[in-house]
Amino acid sequence: MSATTAVGLAVVWPLFAVALIVVLQRWPNLRETGTLLTGGSLFAIVAGVILPEVQAGGRPRFDLWEVLPGLGLAFEVEPLGMIFGLVASGLWIVTTFYSIGYMRAHHEENQTRFYICFAIAISGAIGVAFAANVFTLFVFYELITLSTFPLVTHTGTKKARNAGRMYLGILMGTSIAFLLLAMVWTWLATGTTEFTPGGILAGKVEGTQLMILLALYAFGTAKAALMPFHKWLPAAMVAPTPVSALLHAVAVVKAGVFTILKVVVYVFGIDLLAATDASRWLTWVAAFTIVAASCVALGKDNLKVRLAYSTISQLSYIVLGAALATTAGVIGGGMHIVMHAFGKITLFFCAGAIMVGAHKTEISEMDGLGRRMPFTFGAFLLGSLSVIGLPPMGGSWSKWFLMLGAAEADQWVMMVVLMASSLLSIGYLMPVVVRGFFRPAPVDDHHGATGIHEAPLLCVLPPVFTALGGIVLFFYAGDIWRLLMGMVP
Amino acid sequence: MIDTLWSLIDNDLPALQIALPLLAATLCILVRRPMAAWSVAMVVAWSSFLNAGVLLHRVLTTGTISYAEGGWPVPWGIELRIDLLNALVLLVVTGICAIVLIAAPRSIDAEIPREKQYLFYAAYLLCMTGLAGMTVTGDAFNIFVFLEISSLSSYALISQGRTRRALTSAIQYLIMGTIGGTFILLGIGMLYMVTGTLNIVDLANQLALVGPNRTVLVAAACIGVGVAIKLAMFPLHIWLPNAYTYAPAVVTAFIAATSTKVAYYVLVRFAFSVFRINPTFDGTHSNAIFMTLGLAAMFAGSLVAVYQDNVKRMLAYSSVAQIGYMVLGLSFANEYGLTGGLVHVFNHAIMKCGLFLVLACVLLRVGSTRLSAFEGLGRRMPLTFAAFVVGGLSLVGVPLTVGFVSKWYLVLGALDAGLWPVAVLILASSLLALVYIWRVVEVGYFKEPPEGADVVTEAPLSMLVPTWILIGSTIVFGVWTSLSAGVASAAARMLMGGVS
Repeated sequence: MSATTAVGLAVVWPLFAVALIVVLQRWPNLRETGTLLTGGSLFAIVAGVILPEVQAGGRPRFDLWEVLPGLGLAFEVEPLGMIFGLVASGLWIVTTFYSIGYMRAHHEENQTRFYICFAIAISGAIGVAFAANVFTLFVFYELITLSTFPLVTHTGTKKARNAGRMYLGILMGTSIAFLLLAMVWTWLATGTTEFTPGGILAGKVEGTQLMILLALYAFGTAKAALMPFHKWLPAAMVAPTPVSALLHAVAVVKAGVFTILKVVVYVFGIDLLAATDASRWLTWVAAFTIVAASCVALGKDNLKVRLAYSTISQLSYIVLGAALATTAGVIGGGMHIVMHAFGKITLFFCAGAIMVGAHKTEISEMDGLGRRMPFTFGAFLLGSLSVIGLPPMGGSWSKWFLMLGAAEADQWVMMVVLMASSLLSIGYLMPVVVRGFFRPAPVDDHHGATGIHEAPLLCVLPPVFTALGGIVLFFYAGDIWRLLMGMVP
Repeated sequence: MIDTLWSLIDNDLPALQIALPLLAATLCILVRRPMAAWSVAMVVAWSSFLNAGVLLHRVLTTGTISYAEGGWPVPWGIELRIDLLNALVLLVVTGICAIVLIAAPRSIDAEIPREKQYLFYAAYLLCMTGLAGMTVTGDAFNIFVFLEISSLSSYALISQGRTRRALTSAIQYLIMGTIGGTFILLGIGMLYMVTGTLNIVDLANQLALVGPNRTVLVAAACIGVGVAIKLAMFPLHIWLPNAYTYAPAVVTAFIAATSTKVAYYVLVRFAFSVFRINPTFDGTHSNAIFMTLGLAAMFAGSLVAVYQDNVKRMLAYSSVAQIGYMVLGLSFANEYGLTGGLVHVFNHAIMKCGLFLVLACVLLRVGSTRLSAFEGLGRRMPLTFAAFVVGGLSLVGVPLTVGFVSKWYLVLGALDAGLWPVAVLILASSLLALVYIWRVVEVGYFKEPPEGADVVTEAPLSMLVPTWILIGSTIVFGVWTSLSAGVASAAARMLMGGVS
């Protein structure tokens, strides 16, 4: 199979899972096998066929269809999209294992619909990752929004409905009001929306207009959860935990920051932004989001909501990396997509395992739970270290490059912000581990205080796997760096 | 055999667009049996659709078609004239007529007594005659004649609704429509006084020679107001919500997708081919007026739609807003904007017609189109309701649906005219569409029907098929745009060429 075919195939591949799920819906075990096989083969296509080509400097391209003059559906894989595509397709497999454990242990209804929407969302994420122009990216961005709506409102309760309303309202509202406008503007100014190394806007849009256009892109991509358009993310925590783990810590939110990063590098061009200082204001918005969201996280007792605010804060690391408009900044941002993905998905997996194994959702109730669920809490510790940015976890490298980027841009304040955020994340993540391992369990706990009592195996192995993955990434960060260097000429 | 038959009618295709449905309407009255009348109507509607396709193809390959009625030479005789602009409109009108007819028998069985059904088909064909006539004619007075034919028959169609409110709605429409028609006639009369001709092409040439003139301005104003009433342009739209709400379900689907579209065509024809308005149209600020009213329609229509309890009425107000988009596109007086307006004629026709057919299905099975009728429909009528969701998303303007194509050109038009606040307003109003559509979607998927509610089954195939033909088209023409946007932009280029 040529890399070109593989690019087109990868985008529609998850839809085969939809077909399999529909056909096999009466037999849950076969149905989940269908999802797993599709996920495995998708990862094989992305990592086995496309990756070597991109590593060798190729940019496999697949033109599908021209919708309007100069506005076509097309896919082209460059390093940043390669990274995002690998993360989304790879973690889909892990999450599917986890979903099987979680959804069954939790006796969730409508599991067929759940797996179908999940697969469509992955197709959307791959489409965003491989999009060759803003239009294609926009199409798949909306596909993600629409396909995840039924997942957010999965339980159908009033709370879920309200969350769904906010989810759709903010995500679709901003994308139509701002992102679409930015796209039309770009097309009118340049006659294209193709992602081009070095950018397409130089000499076409200038001065204040450049800042406004960047604002339209940054706020139009509400999936990046830049304040003040972040409220949908904590609201989306009403969804089943596998959704929070893969979609609201990886696929959906990373599609958002990926969009900003990609637009900055391939539409604006970091040279243009660095020369005009048009993205200076965005560093401040990102810095504010980083600190403010961390502070809010400190005060949340519900574990999933606390993790959601942590995600908001961490996403703005990547926006900050883009806004710094330096080589190290965008590389740090790109790397953080991977590192944060592994860290945060681990934490969410653990939160779900605690929910399934001990029926606890509030942090204040987790005293002594670590001794009953040592693997879960051990994984949580490693995930926390990665999010904080400490060795031996991969998260330390992305933070390193972001710091470097801030130094390159002479923005010392941003270095302080990153340091402060690390301290704050220690403040909101470590208490969970400390409570779990060092506080005594409450006496009226009738679940039997002795012995190990973990959640089902399929809920525990995935977080352990991703946590160990975080360690592996620490040693292989150089490969990611080499790949990402290909995006800055 | 076929060749000889074809050579008989080959040159008369434009005239057949009028003659065929007119004759078939009388035939319907003669046969009287509902199914026989329906068969006649089906044959005629589908052949007219085919005919319109052939005509469009001819216009695209060989250019404008001019047909002298009765062989009287133009401009003394009456001319049928088909160019890119009306070829597209004709295709939409005949296509909608043909597709809606598939759903008609099952739907009207529940609303119109069997012994009156042949009259329904006769009125339907007469309405089609009028609309097709307005579209193909090259004669200003003929536009008025065909307008009256289509209006009178649509009053009759609307009055067939189940409730007595249908009668008052029809009367309201009749009064407004007659006032509109009178204004148009007045305007055409004045133009005849000034130029001595009624042929549209000739009229335009004579007007260019006459130059600025108070009579011409008054004529333009009269025609503008008259057409605006038929178009339901804000604030002259008040007949529309009642007429759409109380008419039989298929009639709403039919009229919503054709009548206002043809009125928009007439507006564009007069504005760009006859008066050749441009930003300085003799200091009348006509574009500013159109822009203000278009924007007002977009917001007033959508905001009122958000608060409707009856989904049919909600979609009626949504139509008021969508007409606002078309008028807005015209007001930019640039190629992108006009393309947006024209392509929206095509796009809005298929999506709104599809949505109203969904309501016809719901009305047939649940017996009401109030919001409460939609409770649990996502499970009770999954295919019907899925059609509503797709059509609704298209109305919002989600990419790869037709709504996106319209919105793309409209926003381009606004930005090209340097009016970025207007671009923002266009997008903001499409968010209102998301609000009123999603209200229904939530009820359909999350609310359970009340205890003891009747068992509801999926709509019959004869209605699902036309619904999904149209809803499927909203995606097909959202991806494949060479027909809709391609012809619309070529037509816009032609019309804008007339300006400079």
